Amino acid sequence: MCSYITEKASIFGSAKGRDGWMRVDTAVIYYDHPVHVPLDHALNIDFVDSRSKARVAVELSADSARELVRRIQAALDSGDAIHLGSGEADPQQLARTM
Amino acid sequence: MTYRDITCEVVQFTGHNGEQGEAYYARPAGPGPFPGVVLIHHIPGWNEFCIEAARKLAHHGFATICNNLYFRMGDGDPDDIGARARAEGGVSDEQMLGDVAGAMAFLRAQSNANGKVGVIGFCSGGRQTYLSACRLPDVNAAVDCWGGRVIADPAALNAKQPVSPIDYTKDLNCPLLGLFGNDDKEPAPAQVDKTEAILKDLGKTYEFHRYDGAGHAFFDWSRPSYRPEQAVDGWKRVIDFFNHNLG
Repeated sequence: MCSYITEKASIFGSAKGRDGWMRVDTAVIYYDHPVHVPLDHALNIDFVDSRSKARVAVELSADSARELVRRIQAALDSGDAIHLGSGEADPQQLARTM
Repeated sequence: MTYRDITCEVVQFTGHNGEQGEAYYARPAGPGPFPGVVLIHHIPGWNEFCIEAARKLAHHGFATICNNLYFRMGDGDPDDIGARARAEGGVSDEQMLGDVAGAMAFLRAQSNANGKVGVIGFCSGGRQTYLSACRLPDVNAAVDCWGGRVIADPAALNAKQPVSPIDYTKDLNCPLLGLFGNDDKEPAPAQVDKTEAILKDLGKTYEFHRYDGAGHAFFDWSRPSYRPEQAVDGWKRVIDFFNHNLG
């Protein structure tokens, strides 16, 4: 691979890093050489706070990543069914205040 | 000839646009004169594998500098800085060339230098080595270790990497050694064949070695891609090539 090809997503959330919890506003996703997991290539996700440049990194096998995508979708679908319209705060509005 | 007594330190060098950056500098002890090598680190960054490779070259008699291509991106663990570099689309080819030129000047300025300087790079550094050998006027020998995208997909070209390195091949003005694994996907054997055909057509001095049972990054002892037998042979070819062309 050896490329700088990445996918980026603007996100709103928090992650726990080496110094505790922090806001994260960007996810950087790429399928290339990992640093730690013993694979030649992995699906790597960096959850980044663009202000402090701190990140929480995850390196997954391709199969693990695909399974994760399916499970995230399933969790969202079931969660939406239960909680939709329950009066939760608007994440877009919260993002502007953090 | 090998040198058990080597000196290693982090030094400052002058890179692209006169900016001061950090570099790992490993050289054999003694009066020399010693040939120099610029080692271009791979995409993951200025990390342990590349630092250790610099020490290996010093052990074999080459004053070796491995400049941190990401020094402008702040301090931190090499993997964090590497991730930051990736998120920003990497370093531009022009900036990289300026930094490599600066690292070469650093080596030639040493009192015990013999004046000859080679360049070696792994992975993305292999591609950058190919570019350096074509674009910089004073490279004496170059070693491309499985550099991907020497022949770039036109759709992948961008402002930072605007030209496919293969398009500069006519300007290659030093001997080139290439090491590749036949199981590699980037560069795949067909890409290596195409690069070789162009080198041959243009009458360039090169030697390519292809290894069965190896893919990408087969020198990297920290990864599952490591292939000891092929790596031992590959390192011997690197040392012999530099001794022949830089000695």
